[in-house]
Amino acid sequence: MDIFLGLLQVVLREGMIYGIMAMGVYITYKVLNFADLSVDGSFPLGACTAAALITAGVDPWIACFVCFAAGCIAGSVTGMLHVKLHISDLMSGILVQTALYSVNMVVTSKKAVLSIFNMPTIFSTGLGGMMYNSALDQWAWVIMALIITIVVKILLDLYLKTRSGLLLRAVGSNERFVVSQGKDPGNMKIIGLMIGNGLVALSGCVLAQQKESADASSGTGMVVMALAAVIIGEAVFGRTKKLRGTTMAVTGMIIYRCCLTAAMQLGLDTIYLKALMSGLFIIALVGSRLKNERSARNVIRAAERK
Amino acid sequence: MSSEQQSANEMMVTFEHVNKIFNPGSVNEVTLFNDFNLKLRKGNFISVVGSNGSGKTTMLNLLCGSLPIDSGKITVDGEDITRLKEFERAGFIGRVYQDPSAGTCPELTIMENLALADNKGGSFLLQRGINRQRRDYYRTLLEQLHMGLEDKLGIQVKSLSGGQRQALALLIATMTPLKLLILDEHTAALDPKSAETVMELTQQVVEEKNVTTLMVTHNLKFAADYGNRLFMMHRGNVVFDVMDEAKRSISIKDLTARFDEISIEDGN
Ligand SMILES: Nc1ncnc2c1ncn2[C@@H]1O[C@H](COP(=O)(O)OP(=O)(O)OP(=O)(O)O)[C@@H](O)[C@H]1O
Ligand SMILES: [Mg+2]
Repeated sequence: MDIFLGLLQVVLREGMIYGIMAMGVYITYKVLNFADLSVDGSFPLGACTAAALITAGVDPWIACFVCFAAGCIAGSVTGMLHVKLHISDLMSGILVQTALYSVNMVVTSKKAVLSIFNMPTIFSTGLGGMMYNSALDQWAWVIMALIITIVVKILLDLYLKTRSGLLLRAVGSNERFVVSQGKDPGNMKIIGLMIGNGLVALSGCVLAQQKESADASSGTGMVVMALAAVIIGEAVFGRTKKLRGTTMAVTGMIIYRCCLTAAMQLGLDTIYLKALMSGLFIIALVGSRLKNERSARNVIRAAERK
Repeated sequence: MSSEQQSANEMMVTFEHVNKIFNPGSVNEVTLFNDFNLKLRKGNFISVVGSNGSGKTTMLNLLCGSLPIDSGKITVDGEDITRLKEFERAGFIGRVYQDPSAGTCPELTIMENLALADNKGGSFLLQRGINRQRRDYYRTLLEQLHMGLEDKLGIQVKSLSGGQRQALALLIATMTPLKLLILDEHTAALDPKSAETVMELTQQVVEEKNVTTLMVTHNLKFAADYGNRLFMMHRGNVVFDVMDEAKRSISIKDLTARFDEISIEDGN
């Protein structure tokens, strides 16, 4: 029972922290319709920046904002490459992802792993530390992750309802329409990529603080994981239409982490982890397509019966 | 004021010595416009006809900035717009496309689409996206369409029919003040009944706003019935051009005869 509870804590905690990244990818992939691969670079960028700042004695909450800003800059580079230099979306992402590897090395002063063990983090000081030292113990981490994720989710939902957010959604839906409204869709794409990558970096930052270490190579497979989460979330809850995209992305991530953890518990060697991540992504992608086709067929059949 | 200047003041659109070559220097080189000149008077409703590939859409694309011109000059309301980007020109040009899904955002609701169009020319920052107080205004706009859309403000545009979407697109294109309305076969994808409805609606909007309108159509009946000027394009040239009195007396038969003449010249 204790083992189960422990696993539940890990799944919820990591599901929600990675869920911040999933919301970022929801913005680029779903709202903006942009397959952004720079995520694999901006996630460790957030982690490394957080570790470096905390090592330098910066307040862990301020570190969160700085990491978000760092992600925004990375996203803006991807956006500029695509919009101003007309490089394809996939290629722009790969270029930024590759370049960020060097940036991350600079940030960590050439260390592959930067430990911030026993240094003040948002989980060990302030509200997080208070909860941890109370009877909550490890649940404190889960609650902290929950609080941060919910705050981000609410802010993002509010943003999507503003004029700027509405225009962002319009860019993903019909670029020509945005041009007709006298607005440059390129600028909105850059803004969307900034928000998306900012959230991804924030996710990396929060995870590094929770794990008390940052790994410069922790980005591998993040795009795949986040996309899978977005797709799973939509496949599971898309029907109801009651849930918002942001909620679906976070929930999708929790389901995804659940699958990974289960596989590990069943004795899968960690070297197969990345292969499993790809496998789950393929299943999610094909599964959601089959589901869409089936519901389309059902609609047609229902129409014929009428 | 010189008479030349006076006549310039009466023009909404001018094409001056415009050249456009596609794929220059390659085997696919197409010289479409060679010293193309055109003047459109303010307040006119102009129908444009012409066979496939005669350059109608390209002319509109050059005017709206979707395609750059190679050389020459285009003015709108006396202002040289040749260097303006497409989105900048959109500030004073409204356009409805042939494809009903082009003029609206399919994933957004009717309300959201209208709210975006309503704010055209304004700032798009962190203000509330949808102004609830405008709801009644949107409803009265939609009521004019007689399509029952006023009760469907909250549904996604992609679930509307082509005719409904095209009517909405027309509404959106003309919501804010504009100098020029561009219609590229905007009834072509619609069934005859919906095409009639959208065409009547077009007439109504054009009269109400008194906006200069350039309408491309393959429907010769619409071309003959609507507007006060009609011209035919052929291989990047205006080959037949009638106005006011002459335009009123034109019939579909005359137009068909013109088309036949051209294809005989082409040796078909
Ligand atoms: N982007 C392009 N690249 C190369 N050639 C083009 C391009 N756009 C148009 N053309 C050529 O220019 C000519 C005119 O095309 P356009 O689309 O303007 O015709 P249209 O009069 O609108 O015809 P339709 O009635 O079929 O819509 C055609 O011969 C076409 O092949
Ligand atoms: Mg055309």
